[in-house]
Amino acid sequence: MTSEAADSAEAVGTIAPTADLGFLRRHGGTIEYVLIPCAALAGALVVFGIFVMLFGKNPLDLYFYMYYGAFGTWFSWQNTLTRAAPLILTALCTALPAQLGMVIIGGEGALLIGALSATSAALLLQGMPPLVVQIAMVVAGVIGGGLWIMLAGALRQYRGVNETISSLLLVYIALAILNHLVEGMMRDPASLNKPSTREIGAVNMIGSIPGTDVHWGLVFGLIAAVAAYILIYHTVFGFAARVAGGNIRAAKIVGLGVSKLILTICFLAGGAAGLAGMVEVAAVQGRTNANLAAGYGFTGILVAFLARQNPLAIIPVAILLGGISASGGLLQRRLGLPDASVLVLQGIIFVFVLASDALYGRIGFLKGKS
Amino acid sequence: MADGSIGLWTVPLAVLGGAIRVSTPFLFVSLGECITERSGRINLGLEGTLVMGAMSAYGISYLTGSPWLGVLAAGITGALLGALHAGICSLPRVNDVAVGIALMLFGTGLAFYLGKPLIEPTAPRLPAIDFGWWSDIPQVRAALRVNVLFLIGVALAPILYWAFRTTRWGLLLRTAGESSDAARAMGHSVLLIRLRATMVGGFLAGIGGSFLSLFYPGSWNEGLSSGQGITAVALVIFARWDPLLCLWASLAFGGAAALGPALQSVGVTSGYHLFNAAPYILTLAIMIITCSPKRTLTGAPAELSITR
Repeated sequence: MTSEAADSAEAVGTIAPTADLGFLRRHGGTIEYVLIPCAALAGALVVFGIFVMLFGKNPLDLYFYMYYGAFGTWFSWQNTLTRAAPLILTALCTALPAQLGMVIIGGEGALLIGALSATSAALLLQGMPPLVVQIAMVVAGVIGGGLWIMLAGALRQYRGVNETISSLLLVYIALAILNHLVEGMMRDPASLNKPSTREIGAVNMIGSIPGTDVHWGLVFGLIAAVAAYILIYHTVFGFAARVAGGNIRAAKIVGLGVSKLILTICFLAGGAAGLAGMVEVAAVQGRTNANLAAGYGFTGILVAFLARQNPLAIIPVAILLGGISASGGLLQRRLGLPDASVLVLQGIIFVFVLASDALYGRIGFLKGKS
Repeated sequence: MADGSIGLWTVPLAVLGGAIRVSTPFLFVSLGECITERSGRINLGLEGTLVMGAMSAYGISYLTGSPWLGVLAAGITGALLGALHAGICSLPRVNDVAVGIALMLFGTGLAFYLGKPLIEPTAPRLPAIDFGWWSDIPQVRAALRVNVLFLIGVALAPILYWAFRTTRWGLLLRTAGESSDAARAMGHSVLLIRLRATMVGGFLAGIGGSFLSLFYPGSWNEGLSSGQGITAVALVIFARWDPLLCLWASLAFGGAAALGPALQSVGVTSGYHLFNAAPYILTLAIMIITCSPKRTLTGAPAELSITR
């Protein structure tokens, strides 16, 4: 069918003005990058619909409640955007190293370490003006998370340790450190059932964007994503990173400092996830406890892959997946689906998105050949 | 001593018992992953396979009353997930590491979804063989209560070692892993070899999961596996793709993982969470010591994307 379409486009091209064909030739690639992930997403939704149908639920109800719970009302929009904020930041943790050809999946660990560092900073600076405390929290969160992922990058560069495995192992180690500190040194004696640190204090919380219930973390995420986009696509540093990602030997031959690139990019990546941890503490939880390991780091990996590692594309994808997770509660209440159904859907989407990689360059009518 | 209080000896005993008990899932997953990686593909999704195996074993054991059917079901579930991994990877330009991450999230999510009704009921467990009958000390007897699956796993390691070296099947597998061109030139389908290798790998990982839910810890809940699957994948790398080294490494890991609970039982509770993270810290430490940026690892299958 696709070759036929190409043929007919060719035939039309000789008679009609060729503007249409030229458009496809120029933008076929871009359209492909939008069309294929959308098709993968649609395919995943259909499969998930069949899956819940096997459990006796109506898939049309499912789609309705998913839409309603994610984007149906102003309330659900706010819920969605609140969840999208940490997802943008943790997705950057996978997308930035991906420019260098590295697969980092440890955003969850950097988020936890960032949260711990930010909380420590706030607790040390109690009594200082709120703005000072907040800036210190941002700095501490970024540095904590940044060093955590930089460790995985350094191990890869200097010891040849595979960064995918080491970054995932670091998630479990980060969780152990968090539990250790929260139940030991940093424990608030008043937190009996759920061991937590002391609260950072209401004055130090970063609060909501005026007129909404969406916290300022969303703005942090948007700024970080745009900054990452400019860094990767419009600076010499980003160009060097993409060269090194495409061909490491070529990069070495032209004299790029690959070690410096890897360490810097990994620091920025971890810093983004650490900032997500800071946001969760300073805007949602108000303290550090095991609630922070809510899986934002893992969903962030999916966001990055679905956005094809493009920092700008991460923003809409994060909002979409934030919406899916926001609708989880409604699916649970109205349809009686277990809370893990969001995880199943995310898994199916991930599988479809990766399988759709095989389609690039194969859709005849997008090639615009003459 | 006769009254059963053996003081600090509890710790090495519990570590020994742990090396036997806790190592079994590590052993099965690492042997399975060893087969898959020798064929030139890496399956990071075994973490999800492990959890799915644990859930399906528990469910089938509960429904049929037979834990051994549960073990079989876990194996089949694992093989199906392996087939899914291999199927997606055989599409052009699909990265096997990324597919593994996807299946890790998918397997875990699906297991939590389907396993929701299984948290409450109690399923029949696998029986244990008592090798400690000669001792009067309860801790010794507890440490030497050995599950049949552990013995199967221990037997499997030398069998695989032998099979990789001498059988036609082992040679084909290694050819696919060392040079897919050579395998293709011999008239074999590399994709088919890798499909089978990934399915066998998934089968073994599923059985490793059934051990978690049907013997030790012996129940189904969502915190059952936290990273054992991915640790076992890392373990294959520093076992240099050698099934016998996988066995020793798994035993060392089991011992490390038992350290936290063992110390807790003698009253050392302060670093509980840190000791629980011992296997991950150990994995990372061994990888740091044994890997090198200068050369590819000895014994690494040449087609493996992760070591290039």
